[in-house]
Amino acid sequence: MKASAGFRAFRAVALVVVVLSLVAPLVWMVAASFKTNVDIYDSSKALVFSPTLDNYSTVLQQANYIQFIGNSLWVAFAATVLSLLLGVPAAYAMSRFNMRKSALVVLMARVIPGVSLLVPWYYVFSNMRMVGGFTVLILSHMFVSLPLIVYIMMGFFDGLPDELEEAAQVDGLTPIGAFRRVTLPLSVPGIATAGILSFIFSWNNFMFALVLSGADTKTLPVAIFDFVGYASIDWGGLMAATTVVTLPIMLIALFVQKYIVSGLTAGATKG
Amino acid sequence: MPAVTAPSRTPRGAGVMPDTPGWARWANDHRKWLFAAPAMAFVAALIIFPLAWTIYLSLTDSSGSVRAESEFIGLRNYLDVLSDTDRFWPAVGRTAAFTGAALFFEVVLGMAIALLLWRPFKGEKWVRVAILLPLVATPVAVGMMWRLIFDPNIGMANQILGWVGIGPQPWLAGQNSALATTIFIDIWQWTPMVVLILLAGLTSLSDEPQEAAMIDGASTWQRFRHVTLPLLMPTVIVAVLLRGIDALKTFDILYATKGRGGGSFNEVETLNVYAYGLSFDYNEYGLSSTVLILFFLIIIGVMWLLTSRKKKEAGR
Repeated sequence: MKASAGFRAFRAVALVVVVLSLVAPLVWMVAASFKTNVDIYDSSKALVFSPTLDNYSTVLQQANYIQFIGNSLWVAFAATVLSLLLGVPAAYAMSRFNMRKSALVVLMARVIPGVSLLVPWYYVFSNMRMVGGFTVLILSHMFVSLPLIVYIMMGFFDGLPDELEEAAQVDGLTPIGAFRRVTLPLSVPGIATAGILSFIFSWNNFMFALVLSGADTKTLPVAIFDFVGYASIDWGGLMAATTVVTLPIMLIALFVQKYIVSGLTAGATKG
Repeated sequence: MPAVTAPSRTPRGAGVMPDTPGWARWANDHRKWLFAAPAMAFVAALIIFPLAWTIYLSLTDSSGSVRAESEFIGLRNYLDVLSDTDRFWPAVGRTAAFTGAALFFEVVLGMAIALLLWRPFKGEKWVRVAILLPLVATPVAVGMMWRLIFDPNIGMANQILGWVGIGPQPWLAGQNSALATTIFIDIWQWTPMVVLILLAGLTSLSDEPQEAAMIDGASTWQRFRHVTLPLLMPTVIVAVLLRGIDALKTFDILYATKGRGGGSFNEVETLNVYAYGLSFDYNEYGLSSTVLILFFLIIIGVMWLLTSRKKKEAGR
């Protein structure tokens, strides 16, 4: 349907307002990361200032951020890969054999508040001397990733006709062989969507790492708090830290937009 | 990818696995549970024991070290918590206010923006990029970013107000304004999520009912109210369900902006923040477990209400 000229003008103005209010705060954050603390305090230097890289050298050299970036990458990557290994076959079985009740068990993890599990986890894992290690962090992040992957992949498999598999079985493949050699290759876009979203949610997760990580296994969202002291805040360093955390994930998002949108809206149109 | 040939005339199942070893045959026969069980076992192991243990703890006076002796005290924690008008009920109120207000504005704004984006236009790609940015940004970092913008002394928010002649506001630092400010941050970050979901719903609608209504002379508002909205209702409920659960559980933004305990006057102490503080700052495991069980019951109740409404809508 064609929009009227009046509506088109209104839409243009409204969308500029929307885009500005979503992007301006982020631009502000990045700008502050290039300012000295003196310039941040000076309102006349709001937009015009001489940029400095000092905050980034603080973050990357003194604050040990290189190590925390590595920790975040490793935890998010391992949690995503392991969740895909567990989640993709599970979603396949749940979709093909219509195991909606079994799927609910996995999706419960989406609903339960994380804090209610943290006390018992902390107790058990500290008895096993695992708190502060990577294993427990990866396990807790899998708890976030797995339901997400199962949810997305179930929707994906629902939309994949099973005639292809049947044909492959007639041609002599076993059911598992048909899954492995026909269905899985066709699922690559779905797996990419689920994997990317799982990585993002794991990268952004804060609460589990706050309790379960140690000084050496800290992930980036927890490390941000190093810049908040009891009395004062190093605003420049803090904004450089937040930029270092958010920028990689935003760049990934720009390149794989399509996958992120289809993952976030999975199941929305079926009602 | 192997080439998929046209189905031959062999009847289905015949000739399958002529000489497969026994274990492979077993695996194929039991693939339903072989595939589903590991994921279910993993999640169940991380949920069932902790939940059972939380219920047990809520019936004891456990505090201090988790390992220390604790006594079974029956339902006393529940009576204590439910009669606690100092911390518990205000936290329930804040959780409800936070979730209700955030959800309301996110759905209304999200609907408005989704309608703006519905029909194709120039520059669509850029708007979509802008909408994705807050969604993927790390919530703790988002909290810190707004903490600087809303700083009463050096923040951009008060500078902008100054340009238009409005006096500085305390924002996050104010006892009455802190909760509203965190709700604003949640709206900034998560309205895009509602936009994406509703947009997916809108684009999947067929044009015919719209056109029929137009021929009948319905105004734009009438078409939205009586055609688009009812057709979109299942999608709206999906959006409310997904956002509602997450808003109830909000932690990152509150912790990043106000710190542990939700600020010195507990301005933003929701159930989640309260329970976290009881567990990890005060080691009141018995009490915190009680709060968590009650919180869990509230979430299940809200879920049940929303899904039963969804079924009703779907049944129409």
